[in-house]
Amino acid sequence: MEKSFFAPVKAWKFLFEKPVTIKVPKEKRKASERYRGFHINDWDKCIGCGTCSKVCPTDAIQMVEVPVLEKKFGEKPQRPSIDYGRCSFCAMCVDICTTGSLQMTREYVHLSSQPEAFIFVPTEKGIKNVENVEIGWIKDEDSELLELERVEMEMIEAEERVKSFIEYVKGYSKEQAIHEAARCVECGICTDRCPEHMDIPEYIKSIWLDDLEEGLRWLYKTNPLSSVCGRVCTHRCEEVCAISNRGEAVAIRWLKRYIVDNVPSEDYMKILNFNPKPKEERIAIVGSGPAGLSAAYFLATMGYKVDIFESLAKPGGVMRYGIPRYRLPDEALDKDIALIQALGVRIFTNTTIGKDIKLEELKEKYDAIFVSTGFTLGRSTGVPGTDHPKVVQALPLLKDIRDYLRGEAPKPEIPETLVVIGGGNVAMDVARSVARLQKMEYGKVNVKLACLERNFEEMPADMEEIIEGKEEGVEFYPGWGPIRIMIEKDEIKGVEFQKCLEVFDSDGKFNPKFDANNKMILQGDMVVEAIGQAPDYSYLPEEIKSKLQFIRGRILTNEYRQTDIPWLFAGGDIVNGPDIIHGVADGYWAARGIDDYLSSKERS
Amino acid sequence: MGEVKLFFGPNHPGMHGNFSVHLYVEGDTVVKAKPLPGFLHRGFEKLMERRTWFQNVALIPRICVPEPDINEVCYSMAIEKIAKIDVPERAQWIRMIVLELARIANHLWSFAGIGGPLGLYTGPFWGVADRDRILDIFEQLTGARIYHMYIIPGGVRKEMPSKIQDMISQTLDYIESRLPDYENLILRNRIVQTRLKGIALLDRESALTMGVTGIGLRATGVPYDLRKVDPYLYYNYVDFEVPTATEGDAYSRIKLKYLEIKQSIRIIRQVLEKMPEGPINTKFSDGNALRYRVPKGYAYVHVEATRGEYGYFVVSNGEDKPYRVTVRGASYPQGLYGIEKYLPGTRIEDVPIWLDTMGVCAPEIDR
Repeated sequence: MEKSFFAPVKAWKFLFEKPVTIKVPKEKRKASERYRGFHINDWDKCIGCGTCSKVCPTDAIQMVEVPVLEKKFGEKPQRPSIDYGRCSFCAMCVDICTTGSLQMTREYVHLSSQPEAFIFVPTEKGIKNVENVEIGWIKDEDSELLELERVEMEMIEAEERVKSFIEYVKGYSKEQAIHEAARCVECGICTDRCPEHMDIPEYIKSIWLDDLEEGLRWLYKTNPLSSVCGRVCTHRCEEVCAISNRGEAVAIRWLKRYIVDNVPSEDYMKILNFNPKPKEERIAIVGSGPAGLSAAYFLATMGYKVDIFESLAKPGGVMRYGIPRYRLPDEALDKDIALIQALGVRIFTNTTIGKDIKLEELKEKYDAIFVSTGFTLGRSTGVPGTDHPKVVQALPLLKDIRDYLRGEAPKPEIPETLVVIGGGNVAMDVARSVARLQKMEYGKVNVKLACLERNFEEMPADMEEIIEGKEEGVEFYPGWGPIRIMIEKDEIKGVEFQKCLEVFDSDGKFNPKFDANNKMILQGDMVVEAIGQAPDYSYLPEEIKSKLQFIRGRILTNEYRQTDIPWLFAGGDIVNGPDIIHGVADGYWAARGIDDYLSSKERS
Repeated sequence: MGEVKLFFGPNHPGMHGNFSVHLYVEGDTVVKAKPLPGFLHRGFEKLMERRTWFQNVALIPRICVPEPDINEVCYSMAIEKIAKIDVPERAQWIRMIVLELARIANHLWSFAGIGGPLGLYTGPFWGVADRDRILDIFEQLTGARIYHMYIIPGGVRKEMPSKIQDMISQTLDYIESRLPDYENLILRNRIVQTRLKGIALLDRESALTMGVTGIGLRATGVPYDLRKVDPYLYYNYVDFEVPTATEGDAYSRIKLKYLEIKQSIRIIRQVLEKMPEGPINTKFSDGNALRYRVPKGYAYVHVEATRGEYGYFVVSNGEDKPYRVTVRGASYPQGLYGIEKYLPGTRIEDVPIWLDTMGVCAPEIDR
């Protein structure tokens, strides 16, 4: 390019141009639509999970306790506080936010002489504390940093699984489990929700790191029935999972099952390495259900000598005789019980307290007693006709079916058409078990299930149970209350129902209202009542019973499951309920209570 | 006259960034020059080993302040290479837009930088103001003006906003219309030519021996441009030329920058035309960003930065954090060896001219 003396002079034309700069602060420049400015946080949506603080590359986000927030499940009383001295405005916190509460604004100017003013807890009003802050960077599908869909669990197809009692949930493979574990954000909200406070993030992390031995140690720190819970737990944890706010919860239950299924039971003792100092005191446990086994495990790991008394032929209680085999095979339960027995716990089956041994005799021989006898009596609707022999209770029927499948009892009578009354998980178990028997016997399913609750959401049964039951051919009739069992010539023909308008009254009390003009008949030659169970306290001598306090059929205990009689502890359905994991928690607290009680007795 | 030791930088108007050169001068002639890097040493490479794969996206742009996007592209391409991920086509085209816009911005910045040592203060005013127009595009596109953190392993973070194409076209038209002004002001300027021609010379042999790439090498007649030599993204699908010169002096280098702006504009226009619709990113790992993992392996990737070959060597041992990341800063040779070897014999006022036209970027040397 040739040299020119005059070329640069052409720049003088800019003397007459307008300046390109603006006069700040008189004039304000608006930031772009997706500008990454100061944060805002919707406190109603935020659950304080702390994922923002974990992903922050500069450690700018700290979670601070906010005392004004009420404590509730699924939420931590803390909110993110952002240090703008560290923040790099990368918006990773926004993109990974589990609820979508954290967003960035188009605000980019903040002046203050106070250093503290640059560390602030964002609210909906932003750093300037004004309404309707202009939103900048928000997350979208592309910038999403969470994986919202869970790794699909392979199941046997409905048509196939209804032909037998085979366990239809196949379990995760290693790749699937590690993938699913990688979805966890380690917030620990699940741990707070779990009645037993299992170390869920820790064992999920162990899976992610492919260290199953470590995972097993985490499981057995809190839950000796992991193999059972990995299959049939009511997974309260998944209901509150941070990921479930916008996506599908992490499959915590299936991940737990993955650990126990993939560590051979021979290795358990070596991995868990219990080494308790033996203690002299002996403890009797009445009932070998979840609470009893759990208490036995924790007491045994403390060094106590524990004996369990079980009235039925095999230990396990509701896990052995209630939950159908397609959900919980015997082998899974045996694996858990074997470990407890290996710890030195003795289980005396076919021994009924109150009949074979009196509770008073037990008291003579043992230093403390833990009762966890469960809800064993069925409840009846009491409508006309329920005294017919072919109107049966759910629990005995389920027990007969399980005994039959184990080859320990003759085949129960299989109805060609069945009506189940009840909308809970037990009703589902009956319906789906009989559906299988019908398919095996007659080649077709004819089970009708009716309940008071007006829709699937109201029904206490798990949604997956309802969906899977539907797939297997069970017909559902929600919103109907029975009037009478129709009996002709001593044969059951069906059940007459009336429409249920309301299950609970305005106070939330059970007080169903019916529309007597809207009636329906369901045909069936057998009826199962599965509307709930009740406890059987006949083994408790009057003298003891009179000292105990009962609240709606349940025994009142303190935090450590200690009753008003110091040596008597109670747990399981007769104290809390309603599921296995609550029983496990009762066992844990009772074990601690018994340990406290016995050590303080020793000292005095 | 005795020898005087002069601390040139980091606080010196002619210095580019936090970098220092100790000059031993006799009169105003440099006798010995000793580069003193390290003011910006933050241990980026070590820091990366302590952060997860995704968190590093916020860290790496800082390795080159005026042109941060090359870091994002290199880092992402390295991970994609190790993880054997196919990046959606659209994302690759968007990356090209970002890279070329950054190149234009950086060259404009360089026109600003040369103004200081030459006393030509119109250059800085124009250069910075016009560069800001490109930063406006970046703000619209990525949400930030300097550190974009927009290109991520697997693609880009967000879809382009709806009206950004018009904005880019208009800005390119504007910058193209401004090029004659720059030509008049700088390149045809008699004073600039007198001042820059034959100054800060680097011959081809030395450039190749030292490992100088980019404009420093192209000014000696070697048409070495990675976009042509080893095409990445979709550079083999667009037409452009690699301008070269043979003089190897400061003036030829500033001229090449000027010519490269034209080529970059040409590239972006083609990209806007050829860019397909479609997805803009794909996941390179399972799970959430806290638990992204990259399979075991290593990869070296390089891109053409304004200062030469810019490369990342990434080693993964299959965990959630990189095992090792090494950055090949493009200005390493000219910034360290070049200063030591070629400044002696020049005059004090020529030192910043070397720094600017060779493109010495302190953070990528210090890392």
